[in-house]
Formats: sequence, structure tokens, C-alpha cells
Amino acid sequence: MEQIGVVSYGAHIPRYRIKAEVIAAVWGKDGQAISRGLGIFEKSVPSVDQDTATISVEAIRAALKRCTLNPSDIGAIYVGSESHPYAVKPTGTIVGEAIGATPDLMVADYEFACKAGTAAIQTCLGFVKADMIDYGVAIGADTSQAAPGDALEYSASAGGAAFIIGKNNVIATINHTLSYTTDTPDFWRRAEMKYPSHGGRFTGEPAYFKHITNCATNLMTKAQTKPQDYTYAIFHQPNGKFPVNVAKKLGFTMDQVKQGLLVPYIGNTYSGASMIGLASVLDVAKPGDRIFMTSYGSGAGSDGFDMTVTNNITRLSREKAPSVAQLVADKEYVDYGTYAKMTNLLFWE
Amino acid sequence: MKEGVARFWREIPQRYNFMGNKCGTCERVFFPPRESCPYCRRKSIGNMKEIKLTGKGEVVTYTIIHVGPDDFEEQTPYPIAIIKLEEGPQITAQIVDCPLDEVKIGMKVESTFRKIQQDGHTGAIYYGYKFHKCYNNK
Repeated sequence: MEQIGVVSYGAHIPRYRIKAEVIAAVWGKDGQAISRGLGIFEKSVPSVDQDTATISVEAIRAALKRCTLNPSDIGAIYVGSESHPYAVKPTGTIVGEAIGATPDLMVADYEFACKAGTAAIQTCLGFVKADMIDYGVAIGADTSQAAPGDALEYSASAGGAAFIIGKNNVIATINHTLSYTTDTPDFWRRAEMKYPSHGGRFTGEPAYFKHITNCATNLMTKAQTKPQDYTYAIFHQPNGKFPVNVAKKLGFTMDQVKQGLLVPYIGNTYSGASMIGLASVLDVAKPGDRIFMTSYGSGAGSDGFDMTVTNNITRLSREKAPSVAQLVADKEYVDYGTYAKMTNLLFWE
Repeated sequence: MKEGVARFWREIPQRYNFMGNKCGTCERVFFPPRESCPYCRRKSIGNMKEIKLTGKGEVVTYTIIHVGPDDFEEQTPYPIAIIKLEEGPQITAQIVDCPLDEVKIGMKVESTFRKIQQDGHTGAIYYGYKFHKCYNNK
């Protein structure tokens, strides 16, 4: 059977961090209680010269460093984000130019809350399977927005990951993928609004849990697998509690989940969240490991992936770019004033 | 459209991908690229070859900017360095993601893709290279 899947991967996380307790102190809240409640201790903060385009470029450049692929062989780039720098002018054009993949290239930007990046993986998979392209690039990246004082302020962070999808030198075969989608208004941002709105507790049971549970169950039925068949499981991670709870509900253990769970230390990177989790798993994966991933995007939908790591992973030069663990460890803390400057909270006209 | 858009667009190959050129006669490398080699003059005309530089180099000297131009005011204090690229050319660029007291002459650096400036909050955004410490110091 022809193998189609991940050929290489890379991630990028901005270096700055702010602790949840520093944000809580500004608003007169108990930071330790909030950290315990959300399962988030600190989050990444983009510097003033970083946005979704720069994070995307750094992530795909890391992926290209690890393999020998000629960028001009890339036939498509899809960038999933809810914080594209331009409302009109695709981030993918900047990424394509910055890696030397232009001009014979299909490009589009995707938006589906936190699952736009995994939707991009599905698109690339389809094009490769149809022999329309040799390689496609799927990126999920965000510099997510949170209104000052909103509960989201403790989690909304920045980061992204890029995956090259193809059929040659595949390091992780994508055996099955499917999605589960409904019209569920749990979280949204209206056109021209700076910050998103959300339905509070409504974002839980009828939104995150319903979609991930159904998507994951349908995927395991299709793949004829059970949770015990997987070495690693990755779930969208808006906070530290939801992915752990949904994993337990589905029958996965913490041992399967912990390698792909980054949210306690970098926050919710939105479109980057499950994809950075996958990058973290690929940093340590061995041939034969089976990976289960289910993303979630508000609005709402989930994309599920069943993958098997191949022998080719031993030939990928993983050491040529920083691992997710190294990106998480390389950090510098900022205070709330600096955070406000970096995330443009102080902008007025 | 602001006047700067076309100029910046013309410079994308250099700003994004370190496209320089090399004199086919004396092999000297230039960044940004030159129409002709100032050493070989007419012998180099039509003999300049485009090459992609690695974007890696070493800090020759640096200074800390405390009063920056308009687009960089939010970033002060920040280091600006003269960097000798692996292929030979020296360029001036900003160092990022590095505490000020860790910037050193001789430090190995590599390029990183960043926002350089923008035409206000409604205009075009201009991207390009800045530098940071080499990953694993290599």
C-alpha cells in the first residue's frame, strides 16, 4: 500500500513568557488558584516583531532543515490561523516566498478557530493522494488574542508548527483521517473585532467534549483500533484540564498524553496547539509507534488522525532544528506592562 | 499605496532569502547583490552569478540602541550589530531574543524571519531578517 503522510516537521514558539499569577495580580485574582483551575502556569508571548507569518516561516524552515527536500518541489502551502496578519493578503504568500517555494505553488489561508492547521493537513493529504502535487505544507500558527481581564488572557498564546506532507521518505504514515462538524457557536470573533467572544461554560460539554469524543470514536471505529493500540495521543489543548479529561473519558492514559501536552507551559497556541503536540511526539517517536491526534476548532469541528511512525524517522535529521522541549525551555519572563506592549493591548488611534 | 511598497517588494529576495551574488572573475561575494564587481569592473559585467547565502555569521561589533527610530521605539533598548556572514560580506542587523548582557563580539548568529516595519496600522507590513544566537551554538 502506498504510504502518504508526514515527511518532515518543525515548530516555533516565541521566547517570551508571562506567568498566570502575574496576569492574575493585575486583576486582583488568586493566580495560584487560577493556575490550578486551568492547568496553565505560564504562556508564550510574541515579541512586537513576531506574528503568524514569522512564526509560520520559522516552523517550516525548521522542517526543511531536518530533511533534504528542495523547496521548489513543494506544490501547495496552506496556513491555518485565526490571527493572520492581513485580513486580505494571504500569509501563505509570505511563507512561500520566504522558503523559496514560489511561484509554481497553490496557496490559501485557512480559518477554523483552533483546527485550521489540521484542516490544512487533510487538504495536503488529498492533493498528494490525487497525484496533483508531490509535497504540500500544512501550517497551524497563531498569535492569539485575548481581551484584558478576560478568562482567555491566562491561556491565549503564540506558536505554531509546520508539516510537510508527501509520499516519499514518509516518517509517519497517515492511515486514516476524518472530521466531525456542526454549527455550535461556542467561541467566535466578529469581523473587524479585535478580541473574540465566547460562551463561557458552553465551550465545554456541547462543544469541545462532544466534538472530540465523537470524532475520536468515529476514527477508532474506522481504523478498527482501541486506545491501547496507540503509543501517543494528542488532543486540542485550550487549557490543561480539557485534554486530560477527554483522554480519560475515551480510555487513554496520561502516559499516552503527556508527551503531546504543552499547554501548562506555553498556553493555548490555538491553531498551533495540537500541531505543536504532534511535533513534540515526533521529536521522540520510534519506528512502529502509533499516534492518535484529534484537534478541535470552535464553531465547531474536530479533525482526527491515525498515524504510524515508519523506519524513515531514524534517517530524518531531527537534531538539525530545536525540539519542542528545547523551544519550551528557552524562555525569558516579562511583566504585564511588557506583555501589554508586545501584544498591542495599548494601541489606540 | 505608500511609496515604500514597491521598493520593499523589489528587495524581497534579499530580505527574505539572503540572495546575494558572486563575481565570476574574482569570486568575491556581495550582499546585497551588485550590478558589477567594484574590483574587476568591466570584466565582471555579465559575469555576476546569483547565490543564496546561508544567513549565518558572527558578530564583528555591536551597539545598544536606546533611542530608536519611530518603527523601533517599542523595542528599545536593543542591540544592532555588524555581522560578518559566512560567505564574507558584512551587514548591519538587529539582534533579537538575546539579553543585552549576553551579546558578545565573536558570537555565532543566524538569521530569523521577523517583522521589520509597517506603514501604520492600515498599511503594508514589511518582513525581513534579524539575527539571533545560533541554535546549539553551531
